[in-house]
Amino acid sequence: MSREHHMLPVWFFVGVLLTIYGIILLITAITEFSHPPAVVLAQYHPGFWGGILLLLIGGFYTLRFRPGRRRKE
Amino acid sequence: MALTSLTAAGIWLQSTNKLISLSFSDLLIIIFYFAMMLGIGFYLKRYANTSNDFFLAGREMSAWVAGLSFLSANLGALELMGWAAATYQYGILAAHFYWIAAFPSMVFLGLVMMPFYYISKTHSVPGYLQLRYGEATRALSGISFAFMTILMSGINMYAMALVMKVVLGWNIHFSIWISSLTVAIYVSLGGLFSAIFNEVLQFFLIWLGALVVPVLGMIEVGGWSGLVARIQERVHSDDYVHLWSTLGSFSGNPMGVHWTGVVFGLGGVIACGYWTTDFLVVQRAMAAKDLRSAQLTPIIASYFKMIIPLIVILPGLLALAVLPYRLVPESAIHPGLHSYNEVLPLMLARYCGPGLLGLGVTALIAGFMSGMAGNVSAFATVWTYDIYQPYIRKSESDAHYVRVGRWCTILGVILSIATAYFVTQFKSIMDYMQALVSFFIAPLFGTVILGMVWRRATPKAGFWGLLAGTVSSIAMYALVKANPAYLRVIALSPNAKDMAENLYRALWSWLICVLVTVIVSLFTTPKHADQLTGLVYGFTTFPNDRDLPLYKRPLFWGAGVAVFFAILQWIFW
Repeated sequence: MSREHHMLPVWFFVGVLLTIYGIILLITAITEFSHPPAVVLAQYHPGFWGGILLLLIGGFYTLRFRPGRRRKE
Repeated sequence: MALTSLTAAGIWLQSTNKLISLSFSDLLIIIFYFAMMLGIGFYLKRYANTSNDFFLAGREMSAWVAGLSFLSANLGALELMGWAAATYQYGILAAHFYWIAAFPSMVFLGLVMMPFYYISKTHSVPGYLQLRYGEATRALSGISFAFMTILMSGINMYAMALVMKVVLGWNIHFSIWISSLTVAIYVSLGGLFSAIFNEVLQFFLIWLGALVVPVLGMIEVGGWSGLVARIQERVHSDDYVHLWSTLGSFSGNPMGVHWTGVVFGLGGVIACGYWTTDFLVVQRAMAAKDLRSAQLTPIIASYFKMIIPLIVILPGLLALAVLPYRLVPESAIHPGLHSYNEVLPLMLARYCGPGLLGLGVTALIAGFMSGMAGNVSAFATVWTYDIYQPYIRKSESDAHYVRVGRWCTILGVILSIATAYFVTQFKSIMDYMQALVSFFIAPLFGTVILGMVWRRATPKAGFWGLLAGTVSSIAMYALVKANPAYLRVIALSPNAKDMAENLYRALWSWLICVLVTVIVSLFTTPKHADQLTGLVYGFTTFPNDRDLPLYKRPLFWGAGVAVFFAILQWIFW
């Protein structure tokens, strides 16, 4: 966004949402490592890897588009 | 413990027979989503105080934001679940509704039609019709669009409540009211900004929430060859995994269609009609910051549209291969059986543990709510600009129209709730309501495209062509409903099935609209050339992008979509 009053870009909100979700998924997955849920292919721990993925994507967008950082659209 | 207290606090959270049970982390994910939506609405209110900001997001969206929003406005949960179900029923043929329905229509919008929408500085599709043809055509289009969009919003709301009841055991009233209030708040506060922001969020949620199904599913079946082998073992046919080779005859494929219907009916008329004239999606492109961004909006969206089958079509095929029981049509449901429409939730439940399940469910909820938000924001814009301002209160201040827009948003949500409750009483009405939408799309495309490319099209012809096309579509629908034998007449084959009716009816109604428009134009007076500036080919000056590097030109990216499309058709022939 190029508004003079510096509206936060949508990407920042994407980052915050995915970061929070990544944390929730990771904590859930870690607490269930020793007793995986009764789903198919649970041995691959998709929740853990999904949490990592969300944290990486969310972290990137949050830092890249955080308030106070000059951005060009 | 937290779940118990939530359940005790909200007696509407009933546990009935349900497909999925949510854990605490799943509920946390859902609750955080609602909090985020409301927070974004309150944050954006300060930026949505002029009509240009409230209705068109200030026309400052980048191509990427507008493009993702453009796609997400269409990518509702009803569509995700519906096409996964259709894939289970008809196989990979359902992918046509993503591939040939994406190209050429979305590219056509970007390269051919968007310049006229953008250069004319219109605020809506009915607004373009008013400039090109006059008030009568605008009124017919505006009123019908406003009516239909609220109807669809209500149907979506009812469908969501039903899905949440079946999948999660949630009370229908709870689902309707919580989602409606959330949408009403964030859209009335932030206008199109809010709708677009949430659509972009929804895009990420849908991808990340649904991706686990195709990834784990393909691991389970052992890749594409393993999937094909399992499907052949289950259904004793390889018709389910071929895109074009079975379309030589109506009886040669599970869907009962012919390639002419797919190419000209679906790819030509229905897809173009929807993507180029449905204001819900076109509004997102109009919100772009300049013409090049507006042109790139649908083109960017088309690339993602082409890969959506990964999370919609592939789960349907995987369900055919791995679910230990057969799904049945809604009409054949008995206790212990599951319907086609439950494919996606069943596959989510198969692979997703706590956390991931919440993400998947939130993606579905986000899809429903952003669909509703898109409908009410489009309704508010068309109502305010194309009905209220020209016919009820002209020449009011900008602030007045913004207030009308906010109240209209709330009115739209209330009407949607009323529609949803109406549908709960008369469930079969849903089929008729959805058919209602289809009556207008193809003729509207005929009217708009003729207006853009043929300077001779007259105001009277625009109105009568649109009316004739719409009435003919209604007549064909009613004929087939009254006597299914007429399907063979409309589809030109005794072997055509129900899906073929939609495709060929669209084609005929478009042709009738175009024919009537041309004939009436030849006997009536066109507008003067100076009244057509910026509205029609030949009287519009397009910016020259020859000085731009190749990778910045919309034509380059449009050509890329064509290549991508060709490769996919070849791979899955």
